[in-house]
Amino acid sequence: MTSTGAAQLPPDLQDDRLVREQGPRGYVLRFLSRLRSGDLGSLPVVIGLSIIWVAFYLQSPVFLSSRNLVNLTLQCAAIGTISLGVVLVLLLGEIDLSVGSVSGVGAAVLAVTFVQRGWPLPLVLVLAIGAGTLIGLLYGLLYTRFGVPSFVITLAGLLGFLGLQLFVLGDTGSINLPFDSFLVQFAQQAFLPTPLAYALAIGVPTSYAAARWTSGRRRGRAGLSAPAPLDIAVRAVALAVVLLLGVWYLGIDRGVSVMFGFFVTLVIIADQVLRRTRWGRSVFAVGGNVEAARRAGIAVNRVYVSVFALCSTLAALGGVLAASRVAAANQSSGGSDTNLNAIAAAVIGGTSLFGGRGSAYSALLGILVIQSISSGLTLMNLDSSVRYMITGAVLLLAVIVDSLSRRSRRSHGRA
Amino acid sequence: MTTTTGPGRSVRSGGVAPVLQLEGISKRFGAVRALSDVSFDARPGEVVALVGDNGAGKSTLVKVIAGVHPADAGTISFGGRPVTIDSPAAAQRTGIATVHQDLALCDNLDVVANLFLGNEATHSGALDEVEMERRSWDLLRRLSAKMPSVRIPVASLSGGQRQTVAIARSLLGAPQVVMLDEPTAALGVAQTAEVLNLVETLRDQGLAVILISHNMADVMAVADRVVVLRLGRNNGDLDVSETTHEEVVAAITGASTNAVSERAGRREDGASGAAGGQDEEGTS
Repeated sequence: MTSTGAAQLPPDLQDDRLVREQGPRGYVLRFLSRLRSGDLGSLPVVIGLSIIWVAFYLQSPVFLSSRNLVNLTLQCAAIGTISLGVVLVLLLGEIDLSVGSVSGVGAAVLAVTFVQRGWPLPLVLVLAIGAGTLIGLLYGLLYTRFGVPSFVITLAGLLGFLGLQLFVLGDTGSINLPFDSFLVQFAQQAFLPTPLAYALAIGVPTSYAAARWTSGRRRGRAGLSAPAPLDIAVRAVALAVVLLLGVWYLGIDRGVSVMFGFFVTLVIIADQVLRRTRWGRSVFAVGGNVEAARRAGIAVNRVYVSVFALCSTLAALGGVLAASRVAAANQSSGGSDTNLNAIAAAVIGGTSLFGGRGSAYSALLGILVIQSISSGLTLMNLDSSVRYMITGAVLLLAVIVDSLSRRSRRSHGRA
Repeated sequence: MTTTTGPGRSVRSGGVAPVLQLEGISKRFGAVRALSDVSFDARPGEVVALVGDNGAGKSTLVKVIAGVHPADAGTISFGGRPVTIDSPAAAQRTGIATVHQDLALCDNLDVVANLFLGNEATHSGALDEVEMERRSWDLLRRLSAKMPSVRIPVASLSGGQRQTVAIARSLLGAPQVVMLDEPTAALGVAQTAEVLNLVETLRDQGLAVILISHNMADVMAVADRVVVLRLGRNNGDLDVSETTHEEVVAAITGASTNAVSERAGRREDGASGAAGGQDEEGTS
């Protein structure tokens, strides 16, 4: 790592103002300096999750048992999927307060058409999830045409689509989904075969490393600095260790649930789309500065409409998953705390309420926190009154961390 | 500090044909006549400053050129051919790039993302970050601009660097005319110098630069020619090398009807100072 002549250095490392420590020490220093300036990323939520897990483990060791963790993964998928949609809306600096009701509509349409009408499953799924898409398109049109704040539109939607859910369900109280149906099997009984789970735990880090290495080669050919092979290897191995440990530990019980795998796949796809496509870039741009995005020629209205539509689609999909998991849809599907948990998960996971900052992974991390609290308190035989208060407090804490880190980023010029 | 070793201010506009030419431009907003019969031109390799007091019609003329508000009357020709500029996109297609005063950058995105916003390079469907980063460095090097990194959020850059990013972005469409609206407003001394260097770099590369500024020192430091607007009309087209600060100010404030005649008059009288006569204003 000699830096004798600036001419040999790639252009992105040439500026002498650029302080860059080399080696593992430099890696740690850069990480610390990022933290100090308020660029926290997912660190607070990872620390928070560890504290929650240790605390509940000390209270009741069953909490970290394989069985409980498998249950936890099963509980995460439905609301996590809804939360993924909320992340997208938050990235625009908007909000959707009606995701709970929309998921209820999805569940109701599913149950009525599948059980009462006996329509074929593919059609049922298209209708249930498509209902969400239509609702989202409506939100998008209302927002872009009339400029009504999304807060108000979706507050109206919260009530209106709760009504629609009750209307679709009619006077039937609760509709049970047959246990032998594909959906219920998928949500309750399907687990990845052990060899496949291990193959994925090896394959995902490998493809990550391969992608990093290929892009590094391209950077090298373009005369830019490339990540050190050691750096890539360390990250890939760390990821593989975490995944292998997870697969092994969950495998002691039933294993990795297919529904959880489906949710994680959605998160990975959303992350790739957000970071690596023009559409994803335009979402961040609109969230950062709408006027700048508009002047840059981005079809801002199209971005709004597509994001609202995606959010409601994911909400309806989450409703379908939730109904499949409990094998029933009723008046309270998507009710009570679904709404708040989905929004709280996105914020707790580290997506900023102020727009333009966040990641798809915050849905995964956030829902793990929320469901861990819920599961732990249930194990401790605590009442739902306490659960609500604690979840509320955690949400408040997450929002405070978000606001403080935003202030710190500003003063450190990383806004 | 980067000094350009190009022809400097020696690029005289005499023989070069204007790339952008506006004739008889008028624009009304309701009862207000914002521009009446204004003409303006910009030549390749020339920095022309557009100055005027508040309400003189500068912003309106900028908006006419940028395609934000089409003119009511008058002709615009570009490269000798008449063109219609009825939208910002049309202005860009024609070859006129505008850097607005608020820069329109996304603070949460890095330099590369801002440079290519709405215009991203893709590689089999995905964003081609490598290609965009390489082109970003090429572009910045062409502007002799110093940037510590192109992978940091724009929020962490200084005012001058942000201006540089905005100007660099305007050059992506290979324009022939670059219009800078108050590029040095709210900048410190060193940063202002940085931006003025950039303006000279653009000129030395054969672009026509239109500089809108309130800061007379910057105008005199970098411009080749000053076009003065007053109350929506042309009030002087001055060659900077033959003009003084006071004369430009006089043309802006209307201390004389016409700076040139006022100058000539002063020569004859041998009197000094521009605060001589409070003439009738606005008559051509």
